[in-house]
Parts: sequence; structure tokens; C-alpha cells
Amino acid sequence: MLTYAVRRILQTIPILFIISVLLFFLVRSAPGGPLTSARRNPNVTKEQIEAIEEKLGLNDPLPVQYGRWIGDMFKGDLGESIKFHRPVNDMIAERIPNTLTLVGASFLLTLIVAIPIGMFSARKPYSLFDYVMTTITFIGQSIPVYWLGLGLIVIFYVTLKNPFTGIPFFPVGGMNTRGKEGELLDTLWHLVLPVTALSLGWIAWYSRFLRSSMMDVLHEDYVRTAKAKGASFNVVYYKHALQNAILPLVTLIALDLPSLFAGALFVETIFSWPGMGRLFWDAAKGRDYPILLGVVMITAVLIIFCNILADLAYGWLDPRVKYE
Amino acid sequence: MARVILRRFFKHKLAGIAIAVLALLVLASAFAFTTPYSPTDQEPTNSFQKTSMDHWFGTDELGRDVFTRILYGGRVSLTVGLFSTFLSIALGVLVGALSGYFGGWVDSVLMRITDAFLTFPTIFVLIILGAFLREQQVPWLKNSVLIVIIIIAALSWMWPARLVRGLFLVLREREFVTASRALGGNSSRIIIQHILPNCIGPILVSGTLQMASAIITESGLSYLGFGVQPPTPTWGSILATAQNQVFRAPWIAFYPGLMIFITVMAINYIGDGLRDAFDPYVVHTE
Repeated sequence: MLTYAVRRILQTIPILFIISVLLFFLVRSAPGGPLTSARRNPNVTKEQIEAIEEKLGLNDPLPVQYGRWIGDMFKGDLGESIKFHRPVNDMIAERIPNTLTLVGASFLLTLIVAIPIGMFSARKPYSLFDYVMTTITFIGQSIPVYWLGLGLIVIFYVTLKNPFTGIPFFPVGGMNTRGKEGELLDTLWHLVLPVTALSLGWIAWYSRFLRSSMMDVLHEDYVRTAKAKGASFNVVYYKHALQNAILPLVTLIALDLPSLFAGALFVETIFSWPGMGRLFWDAAKGRDYPILLGVVMITAVLIIFCNILADLAYGWLDPRVKYE
Repeated sequence: MARVILRRFFKHKLAGIAIAVLALLVLASAFAFTTPYSPTDQEPTNSFQKTSMDHWFGTDELGRDVFTRILYGGRVSLTVGLFSTFLSIALGVLVGALSGYFGGWVDSVLMRITDAFLTFPTIFVLIILGAFLREQQVPWLKNSVLIVIIIIAALSWMWPARLVRGLFLVLREREFVTASRALGGNSSRIIIQHILPNCIGPILVSGTLQMASAIITESGLSYLGFGVQPPTPTWGSILATAQNQVFRAPWIAFYPGLMIFITVMAINYIGDGLRDAFDPYVVHTE
């Protein structure tokens, strides 16, 4: 199992290498570049710009620049932001917990809501509950996350207000009210709308998946065997069937991780949530390429790591799987 | 055969309705020029009109008619959705067919590449591509609609590829393939004439999924400012300006999102109908 994990990690190195080369050359071969605004500024002399270019090494041939960047990255140094003159490492490290809070909370909500829906829908398929849920999940799957986020802002921030105080029901923007930094309750309050926006589509997707997975499993031989041995319906349903139906969910979640981060990027942008997505969006507007490349690489590493974790978890949950 | 499939498809009532809705959307955006307004000409004295007989969806901050802009935006969304789906399905079928049919090292190499693309944090790469491709000194890259079509296809062919590979792995062992090979059929003939026709159903279904997600991605990219560029109106960019005006004119945010939602929903129902139509085990109970 350990050798399997090591081999998986080694396999990811060429992937990361290809990603990094492609992105680096694309980003660095674009004209304009990060010093465009400085060039337009009449107070900045040509000599100063050349000095900055020299200092940042922007005049070296691209392969040399790539070599230097990838070398620094192996040492764990993602470079310095062009706009903020701060190490990218620090800027990303500040943002990771915020993104993980958002994604983690949404994920938890998704599982808590989606598993019961899928379970009860499959228990009485084509019942009223099943029809209503199928329709709702179909709608939920088709709503784009950015529109949902915007809609939540319009409803719960712009339109509906507490009739006594005139304060909007839910706060929008950032993680905390000013002056209440680090207060857990305040952060949770700020999490309500972003998490709702991010979770709805996932709840729809996973509950549908679990419903069909559950219905497949109920036709399996071991379910019939359990029934034949006289196990009650509840035991068969919640013990034998559910355990096996949830299993494919682990693989699915691992495959969906990139999309989950994508959703987080939109939600962070809409709600000004200070996570990696928001950092990335701001950096993309300012063409701050060390941040862009840093965030992509970190996210790729994070996703690959979670994939390996999911593979290992699958092997642990399903004793039939053997690693060679 | 085709008639059987069509009859089964229209048994799924919602899929039939969805086809009608989608046809209406296509027609409406094709005939967008029949509205009395321009999608881009500004008329600042006429800004922030509410819904009225003159302006069905009101006007935006520059006095442009939102209804007209949404019709023109539909052209972009539907074009991008259709063409990027064609591209990604074509690429995916090619990779999946080669991988599944030949197996061995071809399969290993192609699937390794596919896996690499699957672990890509797609949206981040799309944003970088959207932001930087346009700035390269290549004339045809100035067309932002074309860029969006290509980059969405380039980052979404992996799902059809895996699907087609799986189908080929099963089908290549079937008797009719062995028979064709015994009769001297070469690989390209077996792949194109014998195996591929048996994959049409699942490929069409996955095409609908691709198209729905391509439309959501295009609008999302344009919403973030890295997709199709202004002044070309798209549902995503209308939504983005609406967000800036959310306090003055919250109603503007409603329409472009609703259009995305309706389109995606219609496409998803068509996919559902196709799935039922091609699945011989589905029994309609009505």
C-alpha cells in the first residue's frame, strides 16, 4: 500500500511538469506583461523600468527563466508578487485556510443533505417524494453557481431586511464584520450564503447519483441473499445496500474536486471571500503571473493529493481492491 | 431504427418540450436583429429603465435594451456550446476509440494524458488561457469567441474519451467484431463501421452533458471577464454588469441567469430523453 502511494506520487511528477511548462510559456510569452502600467506612467523613467526588468530577470531567455522558477519551486519558493512585492508563498498560505473552510463546510452540508435524499428517493422510487426530489435536483443541477450567488445576494441582502433594525438578514462580503475578526459565530454567519450557493448544485448531483447507485445495488445477489436469510428490510437497506452504494461516491468525489474548486472560485469572487480563488481572480486581472502560476500549481498538487487519498480510502473501505 | 429511437424519445414528454424550448431559443437569437434596438449602441439618458412595453427586460446602466442584448448573447452561448461540444466529442471519440480498440501501450499513454488533464484545476487554467491567449501576437487569436470555443474543448474532451474507451473495451470482444476481422476487415473499418455506430447513443447523451457544461463555463468565464470580450454581449457579461448595479437595478441580474438556466435545463432534459430512447431496458409506464 505504501509503495502504491509512492508510485502514484511519482506518476504525478510528469503531469505537474507538463502543466507547469505549458502555463509558464503561455503566460510569459504574452506581450504587455506585468510592467505595462509602469511603462505608461510618465513618472517612471526608462532606466527605472530596465532596472526592474533586470532585477526580476525578465530579460533572460524564457527557458532560463523557467529553469529558475521551477528550481525555486522545488525549494518551496513560488516567487514574489509583482504588484504587492510580497512572497507568493505567504499570500497563498494566508488564503488556503479560508478556501478550505468554505469548501469543507459546503462539502459537509452536501453530504448531510444529499445522502438522506438519495436514500429515501431510492427506497420508494416513483413515489411523490421521489418525483419532487428528482425535479428539484434537476433544477439544482442546471442553476449556474454565479447566478445562484447573485440571486441570494439580491434576496437576502438587497431586498429582505430585518424589519426592526433595517439590517440585511445575511452579511455579504468578506469573512467577518469589521471589528469582529476571528469570532467564530460571526464567520459562520458570513458563511451561510456562500455555502448555500456552492452546495446546492452538489446536493442535486450527489443525491441523484446515490439514488441510482442505491437502485443498482438493490438488485445485487448479496442483497437477495441477505433477504433470503431473513434479515429485515431495514437491515438489508441501511446496512448491506447503503454501505455498498456509498462506495462509488468516494471515487466520484475525487473526480469532482477540480469542479468543487472551480465553484469555490466563483463563490469567492461573488462574495468577496478572501480565499485562493479570489486571490487568483485579482491576480489575473492584474496579470500578476507569479501568483497565477503559484495558485495553479498549489491547486493541482492539492487535487492530486486528494485523488491519491481517495484511492487509498477506497481500498480501505472495499477489501476486494488490492494494490500492486 | 432511427424511427424507433425518435418515437421513444418523444414518449419522454419533457424531452419533447425541451426540444421546443431550445428551438425557440435558437430562432429568437437568430432573429435578434428584428428588435428595434442595437445591442451595443449606448443611450445614457435612457439608463435603468424598468420593465415596460418598450423595454421588456428594462435597460442597463448605459441605456442599452437588456432584452436585445440577451437575444444577441444567446447567439454567443449557443454557438460556443455547439461548436466546443463538437470539438471535444470529436477529440474524445478519437482518443477513446484508439485507446479502447488497440489497448497496450497506446492505451497506457493516452490514458495517462487523459488522467493528467482530469487533475487539471480546469477553471484556473481556463482563466489563464482566456487572459493570455488573446494577448499573443497571432491575428486569429484576437477573436475571443473562437478562443473560448477552443479552450473549453481543449479542457473537456476527457469525459467522452473515457466513456468511448469503456464502450470500445467491451465491444471489441463481441462476435461481430471477430467476424469482421475473420472476413479481412482492417482496424479502421472495424472501428468506424462496426464499433462506432454501436456507441452513438451514449455519445449523444454525453454530448448533451458537454454542451450544458460548455454553456455554463462560457457564461462563467465571460462573467469573470476572461471569456468573450465586450462590446459583444453575452449572458455572462450581462450578469457581470448586473452585479455592479445590483443595488440600483437588481432586476437586470435576473434575466441573463434565467436564460442560462432555461437553456441548460432544456439540454439536460434532452439528454434524459436520449438516454431513455437508447436504453432498451426502459419501459414507459403511461
